[in-house]
Amino acid sequence: MSSKSVNVKSYWLVWAALIILLLLTWGVAEFDLGILNPVVALVIAFIKMSLVILFFMHVKYNSPLTRVFAAAGFVWFLIMVTLTMSDYLSRGLVRPTNKAISFWQYGPPQIPPGDYPGGVNPSGLQQQPAVGKQQTGK
Amino acid sequence: MPETFKAPTEEQFENFEQQEEASRLGMWTFLATEVMFFGGMFMAYIVYRHEYPQAFAVGSKHTDLFYGTLNTAILLTSSLWMALAVNAASTNRRKSSVVFLLLTILFALGFLAVKGLEYTEDLRERLLPGPHFLVPEAPKTDIFFFLYWAMTGLHGLHVLIGICVLSVIAFLAHRGKFSSEYYNPIEISGLYWHFVDIVWIFLYPLLYLVDRHL
Repeated sequence: MSSKSVNVKSYWLVWAALIILLLLTWGVAEFDLGILNPVVALVIAFIKMSLVILFFMHVKYNSPLTRVFAAAGFVWFLIMVTLTMSDYLSRGLVRPTNKAISFWQYGPPQIPPGDYPGGVNPSGLQQQPAVGKQQTGK
Repeated sequence: MPETFKAPTEEQFENFEQQEEASRLGMWTFLATEVMFFGGMFMAYIVYRHEYPQAFAVGSKHTDLFYGTLNTAILLTSSLWMALAVNAASTNRRKSSVVFLLLTILFALGFLAVKGLEYTEDLRERLLPGPHFLVPEAPKTDIFFFLYWAMTGLHGLHVLIGICVLSVIAFLAHRGKFSSEYYNPIEISGLYWHFVDIVWIFLYPLLYLVDRHL
């Protein structure tokens, strides 16, 4: 077996560390650290995850190939978060370029009430006050 | 005979070590798909928390912090029993391996019991989105609770599956199907169990600890 026999004591130590981290994240949540609150909570969660993966799941003692497989899922998840949030965080920063074309093709847009994610109207046009019941020509 | 029980090497493998490595890699591949499975929900959580931070702060206040913390401790401890069960199997201590597996299952059932109590309380407080949803002080709070029920529900389903898997493993271990030469199935199902633990490690701060200080 590639996973060597691990000292039982080390499992108990890891467990104690996990419980201490749990109490820590519980306690810290009661204090106002501003933007640091979610950061601290996630850093502690990440440390707990690393402890479980390295020691309980034996990745520390496994072959490099297993380590790559173990990391793959999490790396891909981070790629998904990065790409998705680069969209959501940058919405409203970029001016739509097809404004004129869209107006020429479809006329004034019918804007349903309600807000859009990111506060940006997907049609790329400013919301206009409704002037009567205006039907768009097709 | 049980002390030296060893599964045969399948013909597609060079040797027994390679066979065990392959099954371990297979489990990690499955866990990668599980990361993506839960990842979709975590992604939705990130997007909506970014859009409606107020709703998430208010929603999180309505969750039960005591039950959440208790359940985290229960799951972390059941992970410890699981690791000890694998360790016992790898050193040919069959009896203690079975005991540790049963402890893992017991703690998993405890987790579900606490979760059930919490769900009952949530339902009484009308926190289930729908016609009877009690609208708290901020708009869009129902989005938080959609995610709360979906994520904890899906995680609970995984706990349930874990209990079934570990029950079979515990039964096989009791029958002497594993030894220090062959305990791969215990190890593999242990990986699954620790993964369920990891998901909860992230659900706990994301659902219960949002802006608690406010």
